[in-house]
Amino acid sequence: MTITETPAAEAAAKRQPPTQRIRTPRRPREFTTFDVWILLGSLISALCLNWLIFYRFTVGASLFGFIIGSYVTFLVIFAAVTADRVGRLVATDRVMTVVVVSAAAIVFIPLVLLVGYILVEGLKALRPNFFIEDQTGITPIMPSTSGGGYHAIIGTVEQVGLALIESLPLAIAAAVFLNESRSKWRRPVRIFVDAMSGLPSIVAGLFIFAVLILPFAKSGNPLFGYNGFMASLALAITMLPTITRTVEVVLRLVPDGLREASLALGASRARTVWSVVFPTARTGMTTAVVLGIARAVGETAPLLFTAFGYDLMNSNPFNGPQESLPLFVYRNIRKPDISAIERGFAGALVLLLIVLVLFAIARFFGRDRSKSKKSGIRRRSFSAITSLIPSRPNASPAKEASAP
Amino acid sequence: MSGTLVDENHDVGASPPEGRVRTKRIVTEVPSAVDRRFNFITMGAGISVLVLLLLVGLFLMIQSSDALGETGIWTFLTRTEWRTDVQPARIGVLGLLTGTVLVALVAVTIAIPFSVFCALAITEYSTAKRRKWLVGVVDLLAAVPSLLFGLWGFLYLSDKIVPISRWLSQNFGFIPLFKTESDASLTGSIFIAGIVVALMVLPIITSVVREVFSQTPPGEKEAALALGGTRWGMIRTVVFPFGKGGIIGGSMLGLGRALGETIAVALLLPQVPQKIGESIHILQNGGATVSGFIANRAGADSFTTSGLLAAGLVLFVITLATNMIASVVVSKSRSGAGVDI
Repeated sequence: MTITETPAAEAAAKRQPPTQRIRTPRRPREFTTFDVWILLGSLISALCLNWLIFYRFTVGASLFGFIIGSYVTFLVIFAAVTADRVGRLVATDRVMTVVVVSAAAIVFIPLVLLVGYILVEGLKALRPNFFIEDQTGITPIMPSTSGGGYHAIIGTVEQVGLALIESLPLAIAAAVFLNESRSKWRRPVRIFVDAMSGLPSIVAGLFIFAVLILPFAKSGNPLFGYNGFMASLALAITMLPTITRTVEVVLRLVPDGLREASLALGASRARTVWSVVFPTARTGMTTAVVLGIARAVGETAPLLFTAFGYDLMNSNPFNGPQESLPLFVYRNIRKPDISAIERGFAGALVLLLIVLVLFAIARFFGRDRSKSKKSGIRRRSFSAITSLIPSRPNASPAKEASAP
Repeated sequence: MSGTLVDENHDVGASPPEGRVRTKRIVTEVPSAVDRRFNFITMGAGISVLVLLLLVGLFLMIQSSDALGETGIWTFLTRTEWRTDVQPARIGVLGLLTGTVLVALVAVTIAIPFSVFCALAITEYSTAKRRKWLVGVVDLLAAVPSLLFGLWGFLYLSDKIVPISRWLSQNFGFIPLFKTESDASLTGSIFIAGIVVALMVLPIITSVVREVFSQTPPGEKEAALALGGTRWGMIRTVVFPFGKGGIIGGSMLGLGRALGETIAVALLLPQVPQKIGESIHILQNGGATVSGFIANRAGADSFTTSGLLAAGLVLFVITLATNMIASVVVSKSRSGAGVDI
């Protein structure tokens, strides 16, 4: 039998519209307002105490000592107050939260200081003529704004471009080998690629020097002397493992279902890689290449024994020593005169900007597009490079459980 | 044409056997011509990477034989001096190696706690949005060229660190590690170089540790929380034991990078090899590393160059060994099975 509602109950329901039961979403928080006050109070008392100790009772400790002292005192006070309020166990948890968060925040500081410092120092000497002049006729008494690094920029572009041409086919083929083949050689090759990515970059330069420059030193052939081409070979060695590993990670994210579908339709393995795997992973591979370039642009060590550096314009990478941006910076800041150091900073700023732009491009291609309406397959390869972490593990099962 | 799967025990054209005798089917792939070429090319690329690394070692060995032959391998490894101005030249790599290892150790010691906390902040303590930021900053730190770190450390950070060094030596000078000679200059010290290198290895260690932490089984973490553990309690009892192998491996990987760090150290240290019997003062001016020493002597005469190549070979072997051990440690540990390093 059904239960019939009485008219009175109906009327009661009408009298109490649902608007009266406004549900404010509950936000359970670990940190209450009171905790924030404790945090602030501990911080202020720690600062005051250390100011007394370091600046009134003792002298000689630097600002750094003051900061470290304050931080430690702050932790102690905070721990004591929290322990008194909520107990030892929770106090440990809170103190560690503060330690972890502050340690992560500290990482920002050197980055900001570094970028800021190079920006400020570099702008002193960076003028538009930096991009159109070389160091022709520059003497130590001339101001730092005269002359430029055009020759260095051209050198960098040529060397990195050549290095890319040399390393890219090999790197992609090696990544395909690691991911698409079923050879028993995959494991040793992977170990060696990993080992190679830890190879000190100066060893790459020394290797090219030992193989191609030193044995031909007496022949007088300019192709096997200090030149941009040799530099590009050394850079290619440093880029190779970076690109190989990143491309491999991207290829691994292409779902096997796509490969199997392609093979089941009768396509060869080569055709599958070319027409299915590569297009799916294209954006990720672009990111890999950009990251490889970003790494190679800033490399200085391999160039010391290969390109050697040159103050004037040399646009031919196959003949004679050539400048590049990192070498330009390195050579200038080691000179004794201030104008040269300032010029070095201008070069450093240009180098930093190039690296930052490349980084931004890599981020742009590798960004998480899971919210856009792209196909699901691509989405996975996009997000894979930038964030290799899965979503917070203790949050996701709960979400799945609540779904019908 | 595609590759075909052939059942070897089965003649394709023949009629099926009547008595349903079950033989074990062995399926092999017969690649088509295109695939054979494809396999050949990719395999060639893979092997050539392997060969390239072996060639690096081989050629460094060949070209350094001049100096090694004259000095003797053992003498070269155990001598601390590097003097080419006397006849015969007395060159050895030990003085450089001491500095290299010291800088790397200082760097890794400073970087490990920050890396672990950073990884924890990324995996356990932050919301998705903040995590993105943190990962971005750590990646950016990895993207800044070594040269710029060196430049910044040399001309900016060094002045800021000197008071700390002085404070440490004044107050903790009784500890042998922090001892300095009186009236010694405190710029250009191994300590300062170590701090700058620490910034450079931090992203590497962080990324390995982060990946390892993120693979902690959620079930175990939830169990710890459900038993009433605090977040730190959960990290201490579940995440750390699980990620131990990753932390050790990641630190060794960072050590490998720190050992090979070149340009920043070349700028920061005076690159004078440690002398015989001299006690080590990490807080005061002095010290040399293999890579920095090599970098500062580009374009030297042929005998010195040969010696430098020998030093490069030693560096190559050491970093290779460190990295290999690191990747084995990570991959053998429970947590690091699927982690790329």
